Amino acid sequence: MKETVQRRRRYQRVARGLRWAVMPVLFLIAWEIAAIVINNQFVLPRLESVAAVLATPFTSILGTGSLVENALVSLERVLIGFAVGAALAIPLGVAMGRWPRVDELMDPLVQIFRPIPPLAWVPLALAWFRIGLTSMVFIIALGSFFPVLLNTLDGVRSVKRTWIEAAMTLGATERQILAKVILPGALPTIWTGMRVGFGIAWMCVVAAEMMPGTNSGLGYLILYSYNFSQVQVIIAGMIVIGLIGLGIDLGLRRVEERRFRWRELER
Amino acid sequence: MKLQVDNVSKRFLTDTGEEVDALRGVSLDVREGEFICILGPSGCGKTTLLRIIAGLEQPTEGQVLVDGEPVDGPTPRLGMIFQDYSLYPWRRVIDNISFGLELAGVEKAARTATARKYLELVGLGEFADAFPYELSGGMRQRVAVARALATDPAVVLMDEPFGALDAQTRNAMQRELLEIWEKTKKTVLFVTHSVDEAVFLADRIVVLTTRPGRIHEVVDVPEPRPGNRTCMSCADLRRYVLGLIDDGRQGQ
Repeated sequence: MKETVQRRRRYQRVARGLRWAVMPVLFLIAWEIAAIVINNQFVLPRLESVAAVLATPFTSILGTGSLVENALVSLERVLIGFAVGAALAIPLGVAMGRWPRVDELMDPLVQIFRPIPPLAWVPLALAWFRIGLTSMVFIIALGSFFPVLLNTLDGVRSVKRTWIEAAMTLGATERQILAKVILPGALPTIWTGMRVGFGIAWMCVVAAEMMPGTNSGLGYLILYSYNFSQVQVIIAGMIVIGLIGLGIDLGLRRVEERRFRWRELER
Repeated sequence: MKLQVDNVSKRFLTDTGEEVDALRGVSLDVREGEFICILGPSGCGKTTLLRIIAGLEQPTEGQVLVDGEPVDGPTPRLGMIFQDYSLYPWRRVIDNISFGLELAGVEKAARTATARKYLELVGLGEFADAFPYELSGGMRQRVAVARALATDPAVVLMDEPFGALDAQTRNAMQRELLEIWEKTKKTVLFVTHSVDEAVFLADRIVVLTTRPGRIHEVVDVPEPRPGNRTCMSCADLRRYVLGLIDDGRQGQ
C-alpha cells in the first residue's frame, strides 16, 4: 500500500519534470533546425558550437579571460553595488515607514527619481566617476535601491499595530521596537525587495559592463565577442548570465520559504 | 498598588472632521487584586478606556493614576492582552513569553526559566518550541496571557481577549483565567461585550453607555465567586445587567 503511494509520488514527480522540459527541448530542436537551415554561424551558430564554449568554462576567450573569470568579475561588481544600494535603502525605508515626517520629506524625491531607468544614469556616472568600478557600482546601486526601498517601506507599514503596542506595554524603547519588532516583522517583505533588487542589479551589471572602456565581465565579453563575430560566445555568455540570475533568485527564494514561512501561515 | 481612573474624557476627530465624544467623565477606583469587567455594547468606548489606562492613548481630559502617579505612556507595570493575541510569529512560544524580560535586559537563562514557569501555569509546557501559527486560537491566547504575566505587572488589562474564540474554548478559557487569577492575585481589568462573560468573571462589572461612553452603573457581583454559570442569582444578575445595557443604549 505504502509502496504504491510512494511509487505514484515518484511517478508524478518524474511526469512533472518531463512536462517542465517539453518547451525547452522543443526550443532547442527548433534552434538546431533553424541553424542548419540558415547555415551561417555568424547569424545563428549550431548548438554544438555553443555547447563547446560552455564545456570549456576555464579556457580564455579571445584573450579576455575565461567564462568563469568574467562571471566572477561581474558577480563581484553586482555584490558591491547591491550591498551599497541595499545598505542605503533599508535604513531609509525603515525610517520612512516608521516616521511619517521622514516619509513626507523624502517621498517627493523618491517619486521623482524612481522612474528614471538606472541606465539613463550611465552618461552622468561616466562624467562623475569616469570609467571603472565606481561608475558600475553607482549604476548597480541605483538599480537595486528603489525596489529594496519600496518593499522595505511596504513591509514596515504592514507591521501589525498591536505587535508594536504589545512591545510598548512590555516596556520596549523605540530602539527595541525598531530592532525587535519592526525589522523582523518587515523582513519577509524586505527580503522580497532584495530579490527583486538583486535581479535588477544583475541586469544593470551586464549593461554597465557594455559601457565604453570596460575590459572585463560577462557584459564586456559578449559585446567584445560581437566585434569578432563570435556569435557562439555571445550566446554562451547570455546563457551563463541567465543561469547565474536564475540560481541567485532560487537561492534567495529558498531562504524566503524556509525562514519566512510564518508570513503565509499567519493568515 | 492602587489604580485610579480620574474623570477621563476622550474626544476624537473623525476623517470627516466631525468631533466624536468617545468617553465622558469616567472615574473608577480599582482595588488591589480585584477582577473588574468593563462591559458595554460595541462603540461605547470601552476599548478606548482600556487603551487610555494602558497608556497607549492620551485622554482629552482627566488622568489615570497608578499609586498616585499619572500614567503618561505604556509601562510594564500595566500588562496588556489584545484580542488578536499579537504574538510575534517569528518567535517560538518560549521566546514570545520571555520577550518582555528580554526587553528589560534579563539574561537568557533566567528569562527562559521564568518564561517556562508561566508556560506551565497556562498549561502549555510541551509547546515551548512551537511557533504561534502551529497553535489554536485558545492556545495562542494562553501564550499571550503568559507573556503579559511574565514581566510581573501589577495590573493586567485584557481587551476582549476571548472574542475571537468559539463558545466552548471561550468557556474553558474563562475558567482557566479565573484559576490563574487566583494563583497570581493580579488586578485584572477585562473588557467584554458579553454579559455572560462579565457575570462569570467579575468582582465588579462596570457598565458603560454608548456615545459618549459614561459609567452607567457599577454592579457588585455577590460572593461567593467564582460562581457557576447556572445558579439562580446568576440568572437574575444577568437579566439585571442586560437591562442596564439596554438603558444605556436608549437613554443617550
